[in-house]
Amino acid sequence: MQTSSDNILSAVRIEKGFPGTKALDKVDFHLRRGEVHALLGENGAGKSTLIKCLTGAYRRDGGSILLDGAEVDPRDTFDAQRLGIGTVYQEVNLLPNLTVAENLFLGRQPRRFGMVDTRTMNRKARELLAEYELDLDVTRDLASYSVAIQQVVAIARAVDLSGKVLILDEPTASLDAHEVAMLFRIVRRLKARGLGIIFITHFLEQVYEISDRITVLRNGQLVGTRETSDLNRRDLIAMMIGRELAAEIHSAHAATAEGSLRYRFRNYGRRGRINPFDLDVRAGEVVGIAGLLGSGRTETAEVLFGAHRADSGTAEIDGHAVDLSSPRAAIRQKFGFCPEDRKTAGIVGDLSVRENIVLALQARRGWTRPISRAEQNRLADQYIRALDIRTADREKPIKLLSGGNQQKAILARWLATEPEFLILDEPTRGIDVGAHAEIVRLIESLREKGLSLIVISSEIEELVAYSTRVVVLRDRSHVAELGGDRITAHQIVEAIAATNEREAS
Amino acid sequence: MKQKYLPLTATILIFLLSYALCVAQYPNMLSTRVIGNLLTDNAFLGIAAVGMTFVILSGGIDLSVGAVIAFTGVFLAVVLEQSSIHPLAAFALVLAITTLFGALMGAIIHHLEMPAFIVTLAGMFLARGMAFVLSIDSIPIKHPFYATLKGLYFKLPGGGRITLIGGLMLLVFAVGILIAHRTRFGTNVYALGGGTATAKLMGVPVASTTVRIYALSGLLAGLSGIVFSLYTSAGYSLAAVGVELDAITAVVIGGTLLTGGSGFVAGTLVGIFIQGLIQTYITFDGTLSSWWTKILIGLLLFAFILLQKGIIRLSRNGRQPA
Repeated sequence: MQTSSDNILSAVRIEKGFPGTKALDKVDFHLRRGEVHALLGENGAGKSTLIKCLTGAYRRDGGSILLDGAEVDPRDTFDAQRLGIGTVYQEVNLLPNLTVAENLFLGRQPRRFGMVDTRTMNRKARELLAEYELDLDVTRDLASYSVAIQQVVAIARAVDLSGKVLILDEPTASLDAHEVAMLFRIVRRLKARGLGIIFITHFLEQVYEISDRITVLRNGQLVGTRETSDLNRRDLIAMMIGRELAAEIHSAHAATAEGSLRYRFRNYGRRGRINPFDLDVRAGEVVGIAGLLGSGRTETAEVLFGAHRADSGTAEIDGHAVDLSSPRAAIRQKFGFCPEDRKTAGIVGDLSVRENIVLALQARRGWTRPISRAEQNRLADQYIRALDIRTADREKPIKLLSGGNQQKAILARWLATEPEFLILDEPTRGIDVGAHAEIVRLIESLREKGLSLIVISSEIEELVAYSTRVVVLRDRSHVAELGGDRITAHQIVEAIAATNEREAS
Repeated sequence: MKQKYLPLTATILIFLLSYALCVAQYPNMLSTRVIGNLLTDNAFLGIAAVGMTFVILSGGIDLSVGAVIAFTGVFLAVVLEQSSIHPLAAFALVLAITTLFGALMGAIIHHLEMPAFIVTLAGMFLARGMAFVLSIDSIPIKHPFYATLKGLYFKLPGGGRITLIGGLMLLVFAVGILIAHRTRFGTNVYALGGGTATAKLMGVPVASTTVRIYALSGLLAGLSGIVFSLYTSAGYSLAAVGVELDAITAVVIGGTLLTGGSGFVAGTLVGIFIQGLIQTYITFDGTLSSWWTKILIGLLLFAFILLQKGIIRLSRNGRQPA
């Protein structure tokens, strides 16, 4: 056990809720002096919420933050910076139109006789950046340098101002390998100076390269903190995406589905988004898509639905080539797509439940042939009953419903168009456990009706429960396909991790 | 050469080129007399344009300038006519009023999160209206002190004169350059133009900087009004209509980005010279309608907006690799 004086920053039982969800549920986080601590988790796990609570960007609902053993309560990011917690984001938060030196010393420029002493400022800036292996013309505008250099300037400023804790939020997302190496050299040097560094990324190779310890969050809860050297890739992935690795028996009934082959994609893909893949989908089949964040899951869905047009390959339905170049074309082929982020891409918050449900059907019929009000009411009532959408009545604005019920309403929207091919991207994200089970049951019943479904999920157990086949993605490629008895949480994690390890060695 | 100097360089080149063209046609234009008159005739516009430069650098706009100039003129004329206070005291009083007026607009823009365009538009109507309340007539100023001030000048070789107001404009520009590039306030102005949210995150006092920017613009509009009243020896509520637009034009032709964050106070001076030069040329020609000034200025302005767009695009592609 470490003593508390080893910790430069301790967050104890942090709680934060948003309407309808609990973003952080009594999360503990301890950062030691002179360590690089990776904070990991899938989208929506609560990483950024935790960071925002630590830096004062959000007000936490409960829990305490100890910096250097003293309790602190940063009111805003500027306050946190003054206390000693500096943050560098993926999007550089500096002023591109000022010179490098001005960015470093904004608000604390050295002065002589009341005037800014530019010469001294530029000299100090050069000295400061020399510590970071940078030899720049500090009188040039920041915008004239690459993102990597801007990133280092941002780090130099944050460390110079704060000097205790440095939070790096996805700093490597837009850097190439050479730039990442440069950044890591700097991080190691800061670590040697005794700073506590929190490193957020979804590149696992980088986690193993730079971090000393790893903390994993999932669904707003702490999964655990481990020494990086004691945690292998497979266990890490299991922590991030699966609850337990107890060999679950794959629900046998799903494997019995044997409809005719209906959808056939060959060499289908789009440059820069998803590498070409082959995919066959039968009637009455659920194809699960597994993979880590950024592996190309959503990109697969978008290219299938025509949201991003495929630039290679062919699509066939029942042996006939079809055009899926736009969502309109896909809808004409009886495709449906429930996107991942329902707040921005799914619901129309101010419209009623009824209006949200009929939206896609109306769009397919065209606005010149309006659906009668009676017909709308009938459809809405039918799906509210069939999917058990909990709403006072069908005219309630959808934004007032809980997450799970919003999700069901969006499902209803697509079901109303009577699709034959339905893509669900993270249908169970951010909804409570009860609604979760209902969505899973719904997917089963749609399959039994003969629909073809593609379901993307970062919950491995869930995929195991309803998939007849699972496609595993990594690095924007389809790398494995599991069927029948091989669909177990263990096998899926193996498939994701195996490819990861091969890459690393 | 650094990209940020590109618009300024273009402006200076255009000025030198057009001056050379003018001199080729009318050799008399190359004289200290012409230069002296250029300074005197554009003094009030130049002083107002310095304030406008700061406002635009911060990403804002100040439409009240022309109205404040008219108000200042009428205020001085009425006060000097109806009371016996010394013009210098009247100057101090009116500068205090216009500075406060600007500060108030800045405070509204920041604290009520209103667009500068709307707030200063309201300020424009208010100031113009106040001028009408004071007097609807054109009131001559016959104070002997005015005559003394107008008699002050520095004689240049060749018969040209730098008058008090012309010299004052150059002084205001010099101080403006110093404030923009050599004070923390100046850097904060550029920081606001680069992005208010980011500037705030970096610890720039956004509220006080905004208030001070518009207070400075109000102060300089008041000073411009004093200069205008010296120049015309009168106060009239319908005077200086649209001067704010001429000032904005000078700022943009001077190479300052209308979206803020990039530009130079010195560029604005060149912008003023270019406008003055076109007017002088038309006076020399004698046959051209004075509307040609507006047409040429319009074309020039358009060309500069295109130039700025091009530079922004260049700087986006031209980043140095790590």
